[in-house]
Amino acid sequence: MPSYLFWLFSAVMLIGGGAVIALRNPVASALAVVTCFVGLAGLFVGLSAFFVGVIQILVYTGAVMVLFIFIIMLLNLQDEAKRAKPMTPILAGLGLVVAFVIQLLGVLARSPDTVAPALDQATLAESASALVNSGSIAASGKIATALNAGRLPDVHLIGRALFTDYNLPLQILGVILLVATVGCVALSKKTNPSD
Amino acid sequence: MATLNDYLLVSGLLFAIGLAGVVLRRNIIVVFMCLELMLSAANLTLVAFSRFHPSHGLPDYNGQMLVFFVITVAAAEVAVGLAIIVALFRARQTIHTDDLTSMRG
Amino acid sequence: MNLAWLLLFLPFAASLANQLVLKKTGLAPLVSVASALATFILAVMLLGTQGSAAFHWASIGDFHLDIGLQLDTLSTGMMLVVTGIGLPVHVFSLAYMKDDDGKARYFTGLSLFMFSMTGIVLADNFIMTFIFWELVGFSSYLLIGHWYRKPSAADAAKKAFITNRIGDFGFMIGILMLWGITGQLSFDKMKPGLEAFQCANPTIWVGVLSATVLCIFCGAVGKSAQVPLHVWLPDAMEGPTPVSALIHAATMVAAGVYMLFRVQFTLGCEVFQQLPASDVIAWTGGITALLAALMATQQDDIKRVLAYSTLSQLGYMVMAVGFVAGDAGMFHLFTHAWFKALLFLGSGAVIFACHHQQNIWQMGGLMKTMPLTTLTFAAGCAALIAVPGTSGFFSKELILDAAYQAGSPLFWVGAFVAVLTPFYMTRLFVVAFLGKPRSDHAAHAREVGPLMLVPLAVLALLAISSGYSFLNRFAPALPHHAGEFHFNLVAGVSMAALVIGVVAGWRLYAGKDHDPICIPLLRERFKFDWFYDTILIRYFQDLLASIIHFFDEFLINGLLVGGLSRSAEGFGNLFRRVQSGSLQGYAFVFGLGVILVIYFTVFI
Repeated sequence: MPSYLFWLFSAVMLIGGGAVIALRNPVASALAVVTCFVGLAGLFVGLSAFFVGVIQILVYTGAVMVLFIFIIMLLNLQDEAKRAKPMTPILAGLGLVVAFVIQLLGVLARSPDTVAPALDQATLAESASALVNSGSIAASGKIATALNAGRLPDVHLIGRALFTDYNLPLQILGVILLVATVGCVALSKKTNPSD
Repeated sequence: MATLNDYLLVSGLLFAIGLAGVVLRRNIIVVFMCLELMLSAANLTLVAFSRFHPSHGLPDYNGQMLVFFVITVAAAEVAVGLAIIVALFRARQTIHTDDLTSMRG
Repeated sequence: MNLAWLLLFLPFAASLANQLVLKKTGLAPLVSVASALATFILAVMLLGTQGSAAFHWASIGDFHLDIGLQLDTLSTGMMLVVTGIGLPVHVFSLAYMKDDDGKARYFTGLSLFMFSMTGIVLADNFIMTFIFWELVGFSSYLLIGHWYRKPSAADAAKKAFITNRIGDFGFMIGILMLWGITGQLSFDKMKPGLEAFQCANPTIWVGVLSATVLCIFCGAVGKSAQVPLHVWLPDAMEGPTPVSALIHAATMVAAGVYMLFRVQFTLGCEVFQQLPASDVIAWTGGITALLAALMATQQDDIKRVLAYSTLSQLGYMVMAVGFVAGDAGMFHLFTHAWFKALLFLGSGAVIFACHHQQNIWQMGGLMKTMPLTTLTFAAGCAALIAVPGTSGFFSKELILDAAYQAGSPLFWVGAFVAVLTPFYMTRLFVVAFLGKPRSDHAAHAREVGPLMLVPLAVLALLAISSGYSFLNRFAPALPHHAGEFHFNLVAGVSMAALVIGVVAGWRLYAGKDHDPICIPLLRERFKFDWFYDTILIRYFQDLLASIIHFFDEFLINGLLVGGLSRSAEGFGNLFRRVQSGSLQGYAFVFGLGVILVIYFTVFI
């Protein structure tokens, strides 16, 4: 990904994030989150993580944030009333964030930097043959074909990992989602005093 | 070309924004959104490491698996969390955290 | 030795049985009297035996504690006195306490006292002496406060106990010092330790030992009611009269003298002659004798006169110990025990007959109505005022002789007391027994029954004759020429004193209806009680109490106890503030923790 696109998406993401905490209206905050996530999805795509980028848009922006906005609408929240805000917690919070950023810069300054390895056809074909040789993919399968053609079969690779190495966590995740669903129903149910 | 540290810096700043939101905002839904921001910042880090530390010449899909799980669990968490917020609002008629201090010792 | 153990524990068993089992049955008095009789027989059987027996009680490092009995002339003789007084007093009590509700309690106390006193007398080491010493004080407390519903009796009991505690504190320090010096607590093992100490510290041993002896003497000052701790004894007369006879005339108050003599006997007379402490002891005794005799001349309560007379006689004994003539003191203790017990029992009979009237100016003419009691009382008086030929004469003579030999001015103090003694006893006898009855109670007094008369008669015989050699060889300690009489300056002075005292008393009081002289200072008992009440208690004790209160309130309660609770509460409040209930507060602290963790893992 060209540098300017990286900085563009980064700027979109950070400005969106900043707007989340700067805007007073919760709906505006939610829309700022959407903006932020769009930028984030761009960064994902730039990192060749197409699948993650797509579900970032689909799941987060499409489902989760819609849910947020739905709840905000449901609760019929007004703008936050102007409250006398004590300065101490705000200063303390800002101090905390500043300390975190300073630490972040410190960590980054002392950690080695790397550039992204190339993902051209030669590299991909080489890794395809390595995978075929290790027996994890079929030589004539879609993955090998795509790799040899110089494309990154992102969804296929993730799907393969998800249903082989990560099968058990995937099942557990399904259970977790079920539990969450049941929990939401239980929580949302109007409790009848006579029960 | 953006290097690994550029991605980490951006993700760290997003995390810091999320943290600031959690600490500074008083609307519990906004706080919740900021939590999502922090999770996403972590996701960005994971994806960046997966891309910059390849295995067999391909991005390390173990990192992206983790991102997948995080997003899924976050979706579930949001569902449950929002249900709790709705229940809380029904009980207290407020989602302002300054008013929710019944845990005060 | 088994007999000795039996002698010790029989009264204890009796008191236990009385208190635990026989309280309601009415058998308690009989059990106690039987135990008194048995102990008397045992004491007679043990006379003249020697020996010791001990069993190990406790060890603390090198410090070994034994419970043991020592039988020698001193202890067996003293045992005879204790049980010999105890038996008549028990019998007398049967009649005296006949109608009392707390009869079982009374006899329990009496048996407990006999147990404690036996323990003191037979103890073979200081710790055991001290234990029984305290037990004696305790049983004395019980008996003085027998009529505890009467505030004066309850107060007197407390006063006796507390005053004794002061002395006992000194006694305890003295025992510990003696242990420090000799490394021993048993009487018969002490002498070598003392000699080693003398050799090791040729310069300071006199001072150290003097301090030790004075501390031990403190115990005797308390128990034998010497000035300035004498104030409890007159008040102790609030107890039943037989108790006064047994405890506050014959035995317990003599325990101090006995213990002093035991110490003197143990450490050696020649040691004591070198100690300045001996002079202090002698002067304390002399001053007590003088002050008590002066106070006795102005008392109206028959028992109080006798109480001050007891003080005065105890002063004589202590004086004798101070002159390192402890055997004379013990001899006086021996004779005094009989006649003073007799006088107290006699006064008890009078009080009983006069329906608990104790003021001698409300009596009078009792000789006609109670001739036998009067006769025995007269015998006791004769012995007390040292009429030649009675037991008191011989023993008092020996003490005055010792004072004279010592060349001390205390001889003249003693001689003056010898004038005062006949004076106040004549006053008492003339006012209470002669003349006309001054109240209905006195007029209608009737002779007491045989249960009272027999003890009186027996004691009267002993009071007259116990100085002679056929009886005095049973005395705990006997000077060389006891029971003999040589006319010399001392005897002359003493007889002259007797004549002056009796004549003065007779001339002043015969036929009078009220006291012709009134010396407020003597009536007020030299204002000792006033001094203690107002100065010591009000100022000193209140000051001390306020200091203690300060310590208690501020240091103990405020700082230690309250401080602990307050610091817990403070920490709780501190941590409660942490539990703000504020979501952002928790998030902030959490973030802070994360930053610290990063700081410690990455940057350090």
